[in-house]
Amino acid sequence: MIAEIGHFALILALCVALLLALVPAWGCLVGNQRAMGMAPSLAVGLLLFSLIAFACLATVFLQDDFSVALVANNSNTLLPDAYKFSAVWGNHEGSLLLWVLILAGWTAAVAVFSAQLPLIVLARVLAVMGAISVGFLSFSIFTSNPFSRLLPNTPMEGMDLNPLLQDPGLIIHPPILYMGYVGFSVAFAFAIAALWGGRLDAAWARWSRPWTNVAWAFLTLGIMLGSWWAYYELGWGGWWFWDPVENASFMPWLAGTALVHSLAVTEKRGLFKSWTVLLALFAFSLSLLGTFLVRSGVLTSVHAFATDPARGLFILVFLAIVVGGSLVLFALRAPAVSSRVRFEWLSRDTLLLFNNVVFLVATITVLFGTLFPLIMDAFGQGKYSVGPPYFNTVFVPLMALLVPFMGIGPISRWKRDTARRWQAELLLPALVALICGLTLPLFGGEDYNVWVAIALVMAFWLTFGLLRDLWHRCGAKLSGLRRLSPSYWGMVLAHLGFAAAIIGVVLASQYSEERDLRMEAGQSETLAGYRFQLLEVARVRGPNYVADEARFEVSRDGKLIARLAPQKRHYLAGGSMMTEAAIDAGLWRDIYVAMGEAVGEGGWAIRLHYKPMVRWMWLGAILMGAGGLLTVADRRYRGRKQPASDTVEAGAHAGAA
Amino acid sequence: MHPVRKRRLMIVLFIVLFSSVAVGLVVYGLSGNINLFYPPAEVVAGKAPVGQSIRVGGMVVDGSIQRASDSLRVAFELTDYSGTVPVVYEGILPDLFDEGQGAVAAGQLDANGVLQATEILAKHDENYMPPEVAEALEASGKAPPGAGSGS
Repeated sequence: MIAEIGHFALILALCVALLLALVPAWGCLVGNQRAMGMAPSLAVGLLLFSLIAFACLATVFLQDDFSVALVANNSNTLLPDAYKFSAVWGNHEGSLLLWVLILAGWTAAVAVFSAQLPLIVLARVLAVMGAISVGFLSFSIFTSNPFSRLLPNTPMEGMDLNPLLQDPGLIIHPPILYMGYVGFSVAFAFAIAALWGGRLDAAWARWSRPWTNVAWAFLTLGIMLGSWWAYYELGWGGWWFWDPVENASFMPWLAGTALVHSLAVTEKRGLFKSWTVLLALFAFSLSLLGTFLVRSGVLTSVHAFATDPARGLFILVFLAIVVGGSLVLFALRAPAVSSRVRFEWLSRDTLLLFNNVVFLVATITVLFGTLFPLIMDAFGQGKYSVGPPYFNTVFVPLMALLVPFMGIGPISRWKRDTARRWQAELLLPALVALICGLTLPLFGGEDYNVWVAIALVMAFWLTFGLLRDLWHRCGAKLSGLRRLSPSYWGMVLAHLGFAAAIIGVVLASQYSEERDLRMEAGQSETLAGYRFQLLEVARVRGPNYVADEARFEVSRDGKLIARLAPQKRHYLAGGSMMTEAAIDAGLWRDIYVAMGEAVGEGGWAIRLHYKPMVRWMWLGAILMGAGGLLTVADRRYRGRKQPASDTVEAGAHAGAA
Repeated sequence: MHPVRKRRLMIVLFIVLFSSVAVGLVVYGLSGNINLFYPPAEVVAGKAPVGQSIRVGGMVVDGSIQRASDSLRVAFELTDYSGTVPVVYEGILPDLFDEGQGAVAAGQLDANGVLQATEILAKHDENYMPPEVAEALEASGKAPPGAGSGS
């Protein structure tokens, strides 16, 4: 019964979405105020019905109703309740419903928090979001109905959730990631609305910016959670694989990063308008492309739940409509909204343009590497795979190219600046960064590591440049810090996060030590000065698995550091094996032990890792996300109703990127 | 030259320069770092290059897994039922690697026709088989019953 209510609610949601896409749009075309005024209530209604559908699906999962095919395939009575709940989105149909719910959530949020928008703009934005909802709801209902029943052959027991997904990280990773993914639909809707109305001005950028920042922040956090999960759950100790599905979320992030910066220029200076709109279209198109890649099964991955040509075709057609339609609209309307504001070569405008070019090129190279195997396969050129070395070769130099300019960005002025001023401001930070960066690796290891030195110089360059800028803006007084705007603090946090991430990524890659070996009980091994003693291997039982547990004592210079107990789990319902790594985490280093398989005569394959500074990468991503969220607190995004006029703050030194 | 035109020229030059750097990086990155998939039958027939990164996928032959007693060195054979390739690997095997199951090995062929693997990939769950393996098996006309390409 509950499943039917859910199904019914989903169909009602589709009807409401259709109304939302059509009625306000019609109102905008003919100038009917009442039709436009319906948009916010329809948006809230859409959220309501999506929420009911989602709650119904969650209920049938929690009740172990195996007559619902989805529950029978992805859950089990032995599964702990928290995982029964997260199993809702641990599969294709359910994750699509989560997508629909979050899209409805964003739509309703725009309806509720946009009181300052002119009605016609709000109606256009909500109509576009309604149209996207129509696409995803019909995808859900027509090709991947989560509520379909298994009658009359109802199984007694479910087939269990993929053990890889039975993890606290997986309870929060998909919702957060989707918040980001789907959040770009708001930027997209604002862009379409602007093209539709033919008005692109600073006010438009100011409306669009907080939404984009929030979506970007969630995407950052979502990607970070995914990386962290892969690190401790996959048992390899790796944190980024350039897996196609990781790339699918990373490409919108790269385009989104460009968009966040480009929007800053558009808001502050009224520049790059068409470009910003194009980026907004591009970021959401990449979100859709990511969905297509993941959901259509053209790519092999842990994330690829389902391989169904009908589904792939549906998303492909949807993608074609969205990308093609928005590009046509752009081609027709963009010239009408281009800007005629000038800027000099040495200015913050140019630096942000450079940021945009770098991030766009990075996006395209990642896109190319991800699609290359598909293209070659489609042309019958054989089955290639493009591995991490390609992405590292291309991506790392691009980011390294970015950082020198990124350090100048915050301190530079809009419109026109001088090399002399940059020199006066940044010579000291540059020298300090050079000295610190070049000397610190001397203490890091036996051999002087050039890459570490470069990374440290870059990270310090960013940090000291920001400190210098902070010092200026607060008038060299600590009390002045309080006067700085939240959006400025957001920028500082995000840039510091980037510096921390550079340190984490490079130091963890350069200084990591790892060894795969065969160990027996009583044996001990030394890695990076830590002594790993395997005490015993014991059998333990969990709620829905039995496991072999290796008990380690890790000591350094005779002092006990940690007791680690990695497991090799055998899940009872599905019969699958899983590695559960044991980690002693720290700000400066992680110690990581994972079990391989039994290799006979009481021996086990054991993987030992020593990973310095690896947490800095995730810490950096958290800072970036926090920075993105903080910018929304800025007062200028919460003003009263403003006329949609072109209010460009020209030549301003005030405010921040 | 008119200043506006001059600026446009500079922008175009910048874009051209920058994109050639990017294209150069892409080509350089691709040249050494992509690898092609070969079914075992083609490897046996000598169609796969020696000393280059390739991937070979098939079913792990029953009873072929041999482990060293003092290290993690393991030897096994991959087959598509019309050709069999010996594989040597040192390291931890994936959780789902087993005899009679599908697997993909990435590495280089040595002069004796043995694949010196640097990475082993096994299927992700019970019903799943790497699509390359499924296709290779289909091509050799010996797809085991029920082995589709995915779940």
